[in-house]
Amino acid sequence: MLSYAAEVGKDEGFNPPDAGDFNLPPFIEGNEFATKPILLVFLSVILISIFFILASRKAALVPSKLQFAGESVYSFVRNDLGREVIGHEFMRFVPYLFTLFTFILVNNIFGIIPLIQFPTMSRISFPYVLAAFTFFIFHYVGIRKQGFLKYMKEIMFLPGIPKPAYILITPLELATYFLVRPMTLSLRLFANMFAGHLLLLVFILGGEHLLQGVIGLKLISPFAFAIGIALTFFEFMVQCLQAYIFTLLTALYIAGALVDEH
Amino acid sequence: MKDKEEGKVRNMEGTLNLVGFGLAAIGPGIATGLIFAAYINGVARQPEARSVLQPIAFLGFALAEALALFGLVLAFVL
Repeated sequence: MLSYAAEVGKDEGFNPPDAGDFNLPPFIEGNEFATKPILLVFLSVILISIFFILASRKAALVPSKLQFAGESVYSFVRNDLGREVIGHEFMRFVPYLFTLFTFILVNNIFGIIPLIQFPTMSRISFPYVLAAFTFFIFHYVGIRKQGFLKYMKEIMFLPGIPKPAYILITPLELATYFLVRPMTLSLRLFANMFAGHLLLLVFILGGEHLLQGVIGLKLISPFAFAIGIALTFFEFMVQCLQAYIFTLLTALYIAGALVDEH
Repeated sequence: MKDKEEGKVRNMEGTLNLVGFGLAAIGPGIATGLIFAAYINGVARQPEARSVLQPIAFLGFALAEALALFGLVLAFVL
């Protein structure tokens, strides 16, 4: 894919957007950490902090609009993701879930905010780190709650299965808990943001390229832009959904580690 | 167009990965449809079960969708 773009794309004619479009050069020469995604992460933390400090500072019994907005996000995470999924011990995990949800949500929505328009999570390293946090937290919680041996036993030997089946089930269960879960968690978020951004690039850049063509192509280009705008709204939905799903899965994994029957 | 004047046929370039990804996306596409069909059916029959069904539906959707997205990632990586 990359070599294809390098050979064919970069001359005159249309350059189809590809994975190379995500490698933004650093804006300070020679400083490889001064890139747009890192700047956006800092920006998101600042924005989230300011929003929730402002929303909670003048907390009143009759909430202002800002307080209501802040509280509805919080109560959504606490009730729908914490209490519904984790159960009676949920309050310990609400800070983590809430941070995760708002952080991912804001960083995703950067993908469609004009002038910013780059979803931070389309760089794979950020989802990796978030998934690593979740991975260590749910294993730590499980080991803390049940002890290392009992926790491993619970992972490896599901109850109620005939003995020979363990030859098949145990490796699968181990792979699920230690490989598949963190991998899918990070790749799902990454690939959604990556694909979404690529989709928008295709239609917007394609529309722009059509504008430079002959008159017939110029007439088609508004349709490309219209689809681009429609997909922007679709992307907004996907971005919210992915933030929700990442947090939901984190809550489910924690809940799974906390289960103490058998 | 230039190539046509010179009497040549331009070779098609690119990668079959993306065709493979298109084929691989069929399965998760059907799966996602089935999951939401079941969810809509459940809510239509028993609207008060919505809050119970919603996380399950989205979880199933996320798991099915992950397969398609692995295909996408691999289409770019390989």
